[in-house]
Amino acid sequence: MPIVVNGQSYETDEEGYLTNRNDWNEDLAKEMAKVDNCSLSDNHWEVINFLREYYDEYQIAPAVRVLTKAIGKKLGPDKGNSKYLYELFPYGPAKQACKYAGLPKPTGCV
Amino acid sequence: MSETTGGVEMDEDVSGVVKKFLYVNRKAPYGTIYALESLEVVLIAAAFDQDVSLVFLDDGVYQLAKGQHTKTIDVKNFSPTYRALEGYDIEKLYVEKESLEARGLTTEDLIVPVTLLPAAEMAELMDGQDVVLSF
Amino acid sequence: MLHTVNKSPFERNALERCLQYAKKGSAILLIEDGVYGALKGTAVTDKVKKAMKNVSIYALYPDIEARGMQDRAIDGIRLVDYGGFVDLVAEHRNVHSWL
Repeated sequence: MPIVVNGQSYETDEEGYLTNRNDWNEDLAKEMAKVDNCSLSDNHWEVINFLREYYDEYQIAPAVRVLTKAIGKKLGPDKGNSKYLYELFPYGPAKQACKYAGLPKPTGCV
Repeated sequence: MSETTGGVEMDEDVSGVVKKFLYVNRKAPYGTIYALESLEVVLIAAAFDQDVSLVFLDDGVYQLAKGQHTKTIDVKNFSPTYRALEGYDIEKLYVEKESLEARGLTTEDLIVPVTLLPAAEMAELMDGQDVVLSF
Repeated sequence: MLHTVNKSPFERNALERCLQYAKKGSAILLIEDGVYGALKGTAVTDKVKKAMKNVSIYALYPDIEARGMQDRAIDGIRLVDYGGFVDLVAEHRNVHSWL
């Protein structure tokens, strides 16, 4: 099921995750969020960018527990907790934020 | 017993049981799927907060070699993922000394810090596990 | 501990490594192509016999028979059927299946 942004069509899987990670751009992330009735704030972007950096370094999308801990380490305890992250990404921080970040679904996520 | 479930409430008789899991890796990384499968199982099973150790024997030590570049064979380089294990609280990585030496490598050549164990001590470690999974 | 080996010793080093790792008092069960490691007069026979001083070695008879090797098992290797396989797993605290 492709997603169309600025006249360009991008391939995604049946759950809406981007097929080719190199296709990613910010407008694509905004469009994916719009489909979920979500508009991306700076706080959202902070997590999305964090995930992209994490993937570049480790070649995986982190499990939610690992993401929460790593966010806490980098951005402080106010943000490194599930309440904060679930408020930003109610469908599940790892699952939903990874989608907007153009990453595959985290390993172990069902 | 330590409470490591990270706030997840579980039935008492479930949360109290921490078993010792050992993952044995004996295959080189790209010739077969074993190495990647093992890594994925380890990452998924990390959610269960068990006592996990990884050992690397024989060609399994090649999984940890520095400097892997897989673009030209068009498969994913999963070696950086071993560095993510620490974040998953998997910190016990053992390499068999004989296997590493037989391949002309040292711990300097590996992408993660590991404990080097001679085969005899590795056998002890294996014997003391509740569950041994071989890849 | 029970170790199982399912590869021929002439193709892989699983049996050799297993013999090295099996501690005194543990058991080794040879199954599938691993049963070629249970035979007399081969290049690995001596190694297996030597290990039998410290560990109990078993071979799955249906796999031996399937390969036409029924008269060649090393004396002292205990031949078991599927029920015996299950018993061995149940008797030991943990199992390592060498691949």
